Amino acid sequence: MDLNLSAEEITFRDEVRAFIAAELSPETREKLVLGREIGKHDFVEWQRKLNAKGWAVPHWPVEWGGQNWGPMQEYIFLDELQQAPAPSPLQFNCSMVGPVIATFGTEEQKKKFLPATANLDIWWCQGFSEPGAGSDLAGLKTTARREGDFYIINGQKTWTTLAQYADWIFVLARTNPQAEKKQQGISFILVDMKTPGVTVRPIQLIDGGREVNEVWFDEVKVPAENLVGQENRGWDYAKYLLTNERMGIARIGVSKQRIRRIKELAKIERYGDTQLLDQPWFREKLVSVEIELKALEITQLRVLAEARKRGRHGEVDPNSSILKIKGSELQQVTTELMMDVMGPYVLPFAASMDDEDRTNEPPIGPDYAASAGPTYFNSRKISIYGGSNEIQRNIIAKAILGF
Amino acid sequence: MDFDFTDDQKLLKESVGKLMASRYGDFEKRKGYQKYPNGYDPAVWAEYAEAGILSLPFSEAQGGFGGGPVETMIVMEEMGTALAVEPYLACVVLAGAILKYGKADHKIADIVSGEAIIALANIERGSRYDLNDVSMPAKLDGTEYVLEGEKSVVLGGGAADYFIVAARTSGNRRDVDGITLLLVDAKSAGISRRGYPTQDGQHAAEVSFGSVRVPVSNVIGGVGKGYAILTRAVDEAIAGLCAEAVGAMDALVKMTVEYLKTRKQFGVAIGSFQALQHRSVDMLVMLEQARSMAIYAALCVDDADEVARGNAISAAKVQIGRSAKFIGQQSVQLHGGIGVTMEYKAGHYFKRLTMIEQMFGDSDYHLRKLAASVAGLAA
Repeated sequence: MDLNLSAEEITFRDEVRAFIAAELSPETREKLVLGREIGKHDFVEWQRKLNAKGWAVPHWPVEWGGQNWGPMQEYIFLDELQQAPAPSPLQFNCSMVGPVIATFGTEEQKKKFLPATANLDIWWCQGFSEPGAGSDLAGLKTTARREGDFYIINGQKTWTTLAQYADWIFVLARTNPQAEKKQQGISFILVDMKTPGVTVRPIQLIDGGREVNEVWFDEVKVPAENLVGQENRGWDYAKYLLTNERMGIARIGVSKQRIRRIKELAKIERYGDTQLLDQPWFREKLVSVEIELKALEITQLRVLAEARKRGRHGEVDPNSSILKIKGSELQQVTTELMMDVMGPYVLPFAASMDDEDRTNEPPIGPDYAASAGPTYFNSRKISIYGGSNEIQRNIIAKAILGF
Repeated sequence: MDFDFTDDQKLLKESVGKLMASRYGDFEKRKGYQKYPNGYDPAVWAEYAEAGILSLPFSEAQGGFGGGPVETMIVMEEMGTALAVEPYLACVVLAGAILKYGKADHKIADIVSGEAIIALANIERGSRYDLNDVSMPAKLDGTEYVLEGEKSVVLGGGAADYFIVAARTSGNRRDVDGITLLLVDAKSAGISRRGYPTQDGQHAAEVSFGSVRVPVSNVIGGVGKGYAILTRAVDEAIAGLCAEAVGAMDALVKMTVEYLKTRKQFGVAIGSFQALQHRSVDMLVMLEQARSMAIYAALCVDDADEVARGNAISAAKVQIGRSAKFIGQQSVQLHGGIGVTMEYKAGHYFKRLTMIEQMFGDSDYHLRKLAASVAGLAA
């Protein structure tokens, strides 16, 4: 038993660290440190740098830019990005649609989409959730009706993250409404967002941001060649897609980075006659979270060690649901600690969020305080998305405990 | 990074597992062991000696097996699963570590052979969990120290043939310097003890020392230099205790899930209810977090940097304490009435886990200690 990284792993970690330090734009990094929203430009610029280095899609097949890394190397890479902090490669492209096209797509689809997807020349968004299909995704109602060489899509998707930037959307739509089970009769279809009949309407979240959207499809005519794999087998591809989501699901690097930041700021903030960081009650709260995070990090490493033994195309380890539950809780609790640091300066709501004419107004209180409240409110989504924590508990109950 | 056991470690786990199954597979046997004068059957202890596990943490030069913290973790976890009542932690892990780091090799042989039980007597009324809080004086008189005072909650103290007594040879009550560890024959004139069972079915003793004379040659690890050895040994004991707790929690979670699948109410197995499934999942999450920290403790307990080591151990003890409380309470709750009866095993796991929280510093104690540390927890 040994918790240490191997010499090769340390060399690799240092290489990643040095690359980020040299290549990540200071503006992007600063936005992430301050908890501000990063824009399309930040993502695209960074992903192209990663892609030029060969690191945008390390887990794809080698012929499409993959690096044949092991689970540990993938983890180190993502952890370094999270801790830097730097943006991760866009997950809709790199972890979701890319692997599905690479595995189930036609040669034409691979050539057309994969290089552009890796380089973020195409920005993808995910058309899965619907108003009536959240945790029960298979309950989706969007239809794709075959007419000649086209599918005609009708319906509504929701919670579509960053659809406002997207060039394409991958959609789960019902192609056989008569199928016996609701998981059958669903197809995985690629849709150009510029197609007539596609409408995007932003949804403002409680933090004031507009990162998610509703996407409406009204008689949207899509070439049949945009079907991925076989018709009515979309559920299988969606399940496959989710297996690629597990890596770094706990986002331990994000929580670690935030704790480091909390410590920095708690030295600046005063509490009575001392630094906030010198208050025993605050230190106890902080260290309490650090303990759980350390435990989760080791749990994560144990899951990775198992993945390494199983080989890369194994089934999803249901233990990754433990990582999702605990990882989301800890990300959320670090945002609470950040509010503790800011005290009353959590209150002011940045006017620029709702009023573009006021973007040049100076911050109220310290500039690092403005994001504490919004980040807390926004982070409530973490235990809801990607299979809510209750769904994760259902998975564990069935797959690990055998209920 | 590697979480696998070596082949030898796998073998050890298997053989200890078998030994525990033969001695504890039937829960009624445990009740039998508790009726012996010091709460355990000496024949089982002899079997431990024969199997070599009493020699586990000692080097080959000391007549031992040459095992490290991972080997101790393996044995302690099995003991936790079995709810073993022998003073293994008190004698082999804790007192053994003091002899090891105090270079008192001659006494290690007596532990290895199973001939002697040695127990650490450090707690005094009011010292709680602070290892530096030692008042009991050892006054030098010629070539002997004279001990005067009381030691409390001495684990394995009823059966002990020798005590390792933490006594003060200089300085004031809470000074780190001036604590001396003395090996004291339990038959020495002036010693009286009162053994008693603990809540979890193990045993401890209150020991009084009335002008007990101990030769200066019985000092372990140097006069006034006991504290460093004491903390290191207690850190090893905590690492062992964490593993024991994981063994107990693992067994208890399995037992509870099994119970939910078989217990019927309203015409169905109660495990079909989502509320109870989710509670079980939360127990599992707490178990896996605890397991991770027990591994962390085992892999950090040999750290040469004593601050890093102590902080890692404190972090582990906090997580174990929290997990143990949650799993213990919830397993009793999910069992319903049977969970609070003496006849059924689940309640005994709960009791052991609850006592583990009260040993060598509870969660709050270690949380405070870690919070006060400038170095903090290693990233």
